[in-house]
Amino acid sequence: MNILVCIKRIPATGGKVSLTADEQEIDTRHLGFTVSPHEECAVEEAVRLIEANGGSSAVLTLGAEVSTEQLRDAMAMGIDRAILLETDGREWDAGSTAAAIVEAVRADGMNFDLLLFGNEAADTGDYQVGIRVAHALGLPCVTGIKSLEIKGGGAVAKREASGGWDIFEIPLPAVVTVKEGINLPRYPSFQGRLKAKKKDIARAKPQWNGNQMEKARLKIPKEQEHQVEILGNGPGAAPKAVEVFQKLGLFQK
Amino acid sequence: MSSLPNQANVVIIGAGIVGNSMAYHLARLGWKDIVLLDKGPLPNPGGSTGHASNFIFLVDHSKEMAKFTLDSVAQYKEMGVFTQSGGIEVARTKERVDELKRRVASGKSWGIDGLHILTPAEVKNLVPFINEKIILSGFYTEGIGTVDSLRAGTIMRERAQAMGALTVFPKIEITGVDVENGRVRGVRTTQGNIKAETVIVCCGIWSPRIAKMAGASIPLTPAVHQMVSVGPIPLLAEKPGEINYPIVRDVDFNSYERQHGSDMEVGSYDHRPILMDPDDIPPIEKAALSPTEMPFTQDDFDPSMERALELMPFLGEYGVRYAINGLLSLTPDGFPILGETPEVKGLWSVSAIWIKEAPGIARAVAEWMTAGNPEIDPSGSDIARFYDHQKTWTHIRARTAEGFNKTYGIVHPREQWASNRNVRLSPYYEREKALGAVFFEAMGWERPQWYESNAKLVAEYGERVMHRRNEWDSRWWSPIINAEHLAMRERVGMVDLSAFAIFDVTGPGALAYMQKMCVAQMDVPVGRVVYTPLLNDHGGIKADLTVMRLAANQFRVVTGAFDGMRDKKWFTDHLPADGSAALADLTSAWSTIGVWGPKARDLVQSATEADMSNAAFPFGTCQWVDFGPIRALASRISYVGELGWEIYVPFEQAGRLWDTLWEAGRQFGVLPVGIGVYGTTARLEKSYRAYGNELEQEFNLVEAGMLRAVKPQDFIGKAAYLKQRSEPPAAVLCSLTVDDNTSSSGIKRAMMGREPILSLDGKPLEDKHGRCSYVTSAGSAPSLGKTVLMSYLPPDYAKLGTKLKVEYFGDHFPVTVAAVGPTPLFDPENKRMKG
Repeated sequence: MNILVCIKRIPATGGKVSLTADEQEIDTRHLGFTVSPHEECAVEEAVRLIEANGGSSAVLTLGAEVSTEQLRDAMAMGIDRAILLETDGREWDAGSTAAAIVEAVRADGMNFDLLLFGNEAADTGDYQVGIRVAHALGLPCVTGIKSLEIKGGGAVAKREASGGWDIFEIPLPAVVTVKEGINLPRYPSFQGRLKAKKKDIARAKPQWNGNQMEKARLKIPKEQEHQVEILGNGPGAAPKAVEVFQKLGLFQK
Repeated sequence: MSSLPNQANVVIIGAGIVGNSMAYHLARLGWKDIVLLDKGPLPNPGGSTGHASNFIFLVDHSKEMAKFTLDSVAQYKEMGVFTQSGGIEVARTKERVDELKRRVASGKSWGIDGLHILTPAEVKNLVPFINEKIILSGFYTEGIGTVDSLRAGTIMRERAQAMGALTVFPKIEITGVDVENGRVRGVRTTQGNIKAETVIVCCGIWSPRIAKMAGASIPLTPAVHQMVSVGPIPLLAEKPGEINYPIVRDVDFNSYERQHGSDMEVGSYDHRPILMDPDDIPPIEKAALSPTEMPFTQDDFDPSMERALELMPFLGEYGVRYAINGLLSLTPDGFPILGETPEVKGLWSVSAIWIKEAPGIARAVAEWMTAGNPEIDPSGSDIARFYDHQKTWTHIRARTAEGFNKTYGIVHPREQWASNRNVRLSPYYEREKALGAVFFEAMGWERPQWYESNAKLVAEYGERVMHRRNEWDSRWWSPIINAEHLAMRERVGMVDLSAFAIFDVTGPGALAYMQKMCVAQMDVPVGRVVYTPLLNDHGGIKADLTVMRLAANQFRVVTGAFDGMRDKKWFTDHLPADGSAALADLTSAWSTIGVWGPKARDLVQSATEADMSNAAFPFGTCQWVDFGPIRALASRISYVGELGWEIYVPFEQAGRLWDTLWEAGRQFGVLPVGIGVYGTTARLEKSYRAYGNELEQEFNLVEAGMLRAVKPQDFIGKAAYLKQRSEPPAAVLCSLTVDDNTSSSGIKRAMMGREPILSLDGKPLEDKHGRCSYVTSAGSAPSLGKTVLMSYLPPDYAKLGTKLKVEYFGDHFPVTVAAVGPTPLFDPENKRMKG
């Protein structure tokens, strides 16, 4: 089978997020870059599905040249090839991003059985790109998936519901957006890194047709004050700590 | 938590390994009312300590750094935080195989045991997962290990607290440092101000920022060191404990592999230098991990990853769980920055320090602050060593960038910096360039080491120039040096000495002050030149220099470029409070030409109408002499053992004087002579001591053989000096000659200094203070046709004719004690100089 995973380069924020002076971007002066945790799981899921079922995986992103860093990270985890939809670095909204991906999927010539997305990007949080791509390509789509299995020509996808699971049996090809928790992503290995470094990245320059949504400005939500409570010192603090762990449900019953 | 006091005896800024070590050692030495602040939380406030790889290799070519490290290991062991794992530096190149032998020798010089050169198979035995096929040898040190530096910091902090000497305040940021009349008065913080007469900056990469608040300089830069952690690896997880295999340094590629539980840490200094501006370090709350764990830049690390896989192929399949661009401190000369800042009294720097040396350094600095006499001499790391140009960002960036990739490099003892040269040029620079000078740098000065225009002399003297056929021995060297030496001893040479640091001490209290500072009698007639050591309170040798008495109330102090700024601080610190004596730095006002050789008098006399005869101008005196229109100060002394003068001339007239002397010298065969002769060959033949080589705070004047009548006046260190004189010395400085320079491969070798001196059965010689004998200076003695070494020997060996050995690149060469004490090997009665 053939799987495509779509990812997006975002700042790896630490504690406090701060904005550029014009309030248009996150200040990334001290930050590294990554992809959202959902997307990291999508990459892992693609690698596992190919390992289990055979076939080939590809990773795609839309962004500036620097986004090749995230494509190589994905290949270091085991994705076979990468596609960069190169932009000048400006923000593309969900609609224009989806349109560019659709065009790239059509142009790729590979018949993907599965298109994997993260449930939402960690920076813009639009929750839309996967659904828009599915709609444009006329494919079935399930979102928020935390378990995925290939079975008899189709897939079984599970979504957490209150008190249980929604279980979907879907035909392939299909679009699935996954959520953190579907797996525990592996760390890339030295060998994986070095292999990924040597691979070519396919490139295309999608046509910029403008956004439908314009970003006015970013705003930082009011910080939540966290209160630190010191439980005690030394062995005497142990019973209190146990109490807290119990409350958090960290012990198996 | 108690609230911030508004007053303290000492404020220590920074609670990394250095600040905690300082707090403990000050408390141990009886200091009270110490406040330790950090802007981060405890026990890991987010500085370089928090991400350190925490391993300790023992051997360093620098004695000072090796001693700090050995002391630190002893302290870590006492705290129970040291795990001995052993460590191996592996050689992938032939050049490195030799370098590892040189490292063994340095280890022996500093008294380190358990050093072994291993075959690849023996390395494999200790490190079963290594690819022994790509290595040529290994240098194994048994005593290498790892420490828990955060735990050590906590232990030391808690000990100081238990002594009732320390209060600790995390999460408080310094916003200012108050200075009044050049003295620190306290610090301002986000939570209030603290008055304090002593403030210690232990802030690592942030130290320059804090110093700047006080108007001082701590010239270091934050720089990236990349590190990743690979795992979990079942083989490493098999045995319990943090580390079960020796740490491996892949020195040819500036990287290391160090087990950490089930993971392998791979660190690198092989990537491009990535320097940061201290102001660009993120604040704690904005950093993704910590302020010193910057985002990893994969591309920079890829080559190191490939090298690591070559050496340990099994690493390939495991995940990279942690990867950082860790920040650490780099300095322009690679040494730490210790001591009271020259700009602000009471403001101390304890900065640019690695885990391996921190507790040892803290002990030394605490001793320095308490009694002025650290057991381990920190002169090489003294913050006062820097000249102003070395505090500029241009210099810091240039030299740290150049030095970074030499972290595990094979650095030749004479190796010259390539970056930021041509900063301090003597008035003769263009003339010297025209004469083919090969310039070596001395604290920014460009000094001719030898002159290519003298190349023809090499053939003239034939084998007497003591050719060096080994590439290493001849690197940064030329046989021309020895040819210049021989020619100077036959004719007359001109030496550019403009790099001297020169201070004038003036005022009605000048004599009393100079008496206090100097061991030698300073109440001499005007026009006398005095060579004198300076001591610290405990009789350690602080400096050696010459002083000219120019008037009843005027003394001119002349000292070496490498010691100039340190000596200046020592003098300045002791100036009388009543202002009766003042010091002016005239280094950039007076340039110096040395004219020496049997024809020196002929040369000088032909350029002046003054009477330069021995009767009119005896040895050890100075006079103002007119050379045509130039009035210069001539001083009849010599560091090369020849008749002649140091001639001091105002900078703007110096070029004309050079030309005058050069012209006058033509008929006497004058030649330009470089520092290779002045600093090494001629000096060694005369057994003259050099500060930093033979003279340092760890040895005393009795040991150095520099005894003269004790003057009745008091001086700093006198009581200790008198005591030293009443006891037999633990070691005696001797000159040795090499009996046979032939190596095991049949090539004649030339030692360079710092090699261990061994007994005939190959054992290190140790004196009663535990100091091993090593070569303090080495060089050719062309007039003797021998290689000369100087070394402190235990009294039993310090006897004329004693046969010993010196270890050089793994070979043992026979040597003989040729002089005990200061007797020169060449012209022992000094007839040439005094004639």
